[in-house]
Amino acid sequence: MAQIKLSNLRHSYMPSPTGPEDYALKEIDVTWRDGGAYALLGPSGCGKSTLLNIISGLLTPSEGQILFDDRDVTALPPDQRNIAQVFQFPVIYDTMTVGENLAFPLKNRGVEPAKIKRRVDEIAEMLDVTDMLNTRASGLSPDNKQKISMGRGLVRDDVNAVMFDEPLTVIDPHLKWKLRSKLKELHQKVQATMIYVTHDQTEALTFADEVVVMQDGEVVQIGTPVELFERPQHTFVGHFIGSPGMNVLPCEARGDRAVFEGHEVMLEGPTKGDSGHTDLGIRPEYVGFGDSGIPAHVTKVADIGRHFVVSAMVGNTTLKAVTEHSVPEPGSQVFLQFKPEQSRVYRDGWIATEERAR
Amino acid sequence: MRTENQKAWFFVLPVLALVAFNALVPMMTVVNYSVQETFGNNQFFWEGLGWFEQILRSDRFQAALGRQFLFTAMILAIEVPLGVIVALSMPRKGFWVPVCLVLMALPMLIPWNVVGSMWNIFTLPKIGLLGYFLNDVLGVNYDMTQQPLSAWITVIVMDVWHWTSLVVLLCYAGLVSIPDAYYQAAKIDGASPWSVFRYIQLPKMKTVLTIAVLLRFMDSFNIYTEPFVLTGGGPGNSTTLLSIDLVKIALGQFDLGPAAAMSLIYFAITLLVSWVFYTLMTKDDAQ
Repeated sequence: MAQIKLSNLRHSYMPSPTGPEDYALKEIDVTWRDGGAYALLGPSGCGKSTLLNIISGLLTPSEGQILFDDRDVTALPPDQRNIAQVFQFPVIYDTMTVGENLAFPLKNRGVEPAKIKRRVDEIAEMLDVTDMLNTRASGLSPDNKQKISMGRGLVRDDVNAVMFDEPLTVIDPHLKWKLRSKLKELHQKVQATMIYVTHDQTEALTFADEVVVMQDGEVVQIGTPVELFERPQHTFVGHFIGSPGMNVLPCEARGDRAVFEGHEVMLEGPTKGDSGHTDLGIRPEYVGFGDSGIPAHVTKVADIGRHFVVSAMVGNTTLKAVTEHSVPEPGSQVFLQFKPEQSRVYRDGWIATEERAR
Repeated sequence: MRTENQKAWFFVLPVLALVAFNALVPMMTVVNYSVQETFGNNQFFWEGLGWFEQILRSDRFQAALGRQFLFTAMILAIEVPLGVIVALSMPRKGFWVPVCLVLMALPMLIPWNVVGSMWNIFTLPKIGLLGYFLNDVLGVNYDMTQQPLSAWITVIVMDVWHWTSLVVLLCYAGLVSIPDAYYQAAKIDGASPWSVFRYIQLPKMKTVLTIAVLLRFMDSFNIYTEPFVLTGGGPGNSTTLLSIDLVKIALGQFDLGPAAAMSLIYFAITLLVSWVFYTLMTKDDAQ
């Protein structure tokens, strides 16, 4: 178990990168607490798998350091870092039994047979695969295969961290949920630092204590699921997390107010800075309907089960609102009310309003 | 309600006719010859299983069969491991991949009788490049037209040169289909290069390797053209493999009965060994 620190990390797949656009990873500086559950969340190609491979040692970064408990491991190969990794597609050794698969990492490290047996039994118990220990691993279903590859990571009691690279991609939807809760349960049992890479916000938010949101090789926000939802630091986070994502509406900032399509909107606090493009960001959950407010024209109402998503036009801008009852008819005229403490201005994408003291 | 009819047979008929003409009818002709004696003029006398008994008991057949098994065993023992090693050391990506693949495919593109002639000219003592080099430069006493051992070495080296590529290409196809994640997982699990080969590469190559061994067995067991052109079965009978002997009996001596019986025995052995081998190799997967 270890604390993982990435310091001034940069990586480029090109031999001699010139500008920031040549970097797959731009300047990353984070510290992950020992025993924490973290998720790296971002769209495909944002650099999250690159980052994961750098931590596990499959890639050496162009610049910067990786520290495990203040020990510099940047130059160490994967097997000396005591890292476990679970891949997108389950990796199992076909010719071995489930038990032999689980024992393999220990055997390679010359652990004594009695201890191997004990650890394998323990892990099998945890994963509910005790009854399959003597069956050939090649015939298992994908979710069981994925469990075994996870088990191979957990079987070593000296692992510094377990990393998951989109491990649920090939799992059937109804088993995804099961495997996810199993993971959460395992994390509580083994207390290892776990890093989970995914592009699925539900997976990230349910698994992690803290989520690192990435875009174009950059970390845009690190926070708890609640923080990411309640106060996105970047319009990308607001848009990427939540369903539907945050409304990003072009506006003009004036102190603690924003002017959007000619209507004044109260903000959570005063706006900093004065240059760049400004947007008003508000989550659909905080857009309400009332007798007064911003006049809007309802264009579409979608029933998505627990609530309705209403699309409305204000001037030439479309925005979305979420409501559970009092659904307006499509085509009707309504008045929208923005919750002031959830209305923020973003300058060139980054948050520009100050949080009001509570 | 579905109506049952036999119309589907019409669709199979062309294939059946084709197979009948190119396989069943010629095969039955051979069966016909194998149980009869003929002195020409289309006169046949019933012989029963006499030819079969005679062939199986003859020293000549047993010697040829022994040579054939020895040849095939040596071919497999050299080509399969060599092919695997070459496939493992070939690059997986980059500029050299197509270069290697083309180089590997070249020997297989050469017609068999040309391979035989090439190696004949190459290895002839005095005039062949290799023959001259071995005898007059290195001082090795080598003459494949006179010494059985030299002839055997030449026949085997020729076959290795001609056909190892097949094993290489098949194994290579199996190797490149292994996702990177397997190698990465093995690295993380601390597996040694031998373990990577034993538990990842070999299992993934198993299917193609089965096919490679099967093809090499059948081809080398039935080999005719190359050794015939190279040594003509000599010196003496030392490189007279089964097929060469068969042609001698059938076309040289025109003993159609014994030749037909021998063909059938030959065919049965090839079929039996292939079947046993295939069953053994795929037994694990069926479980």
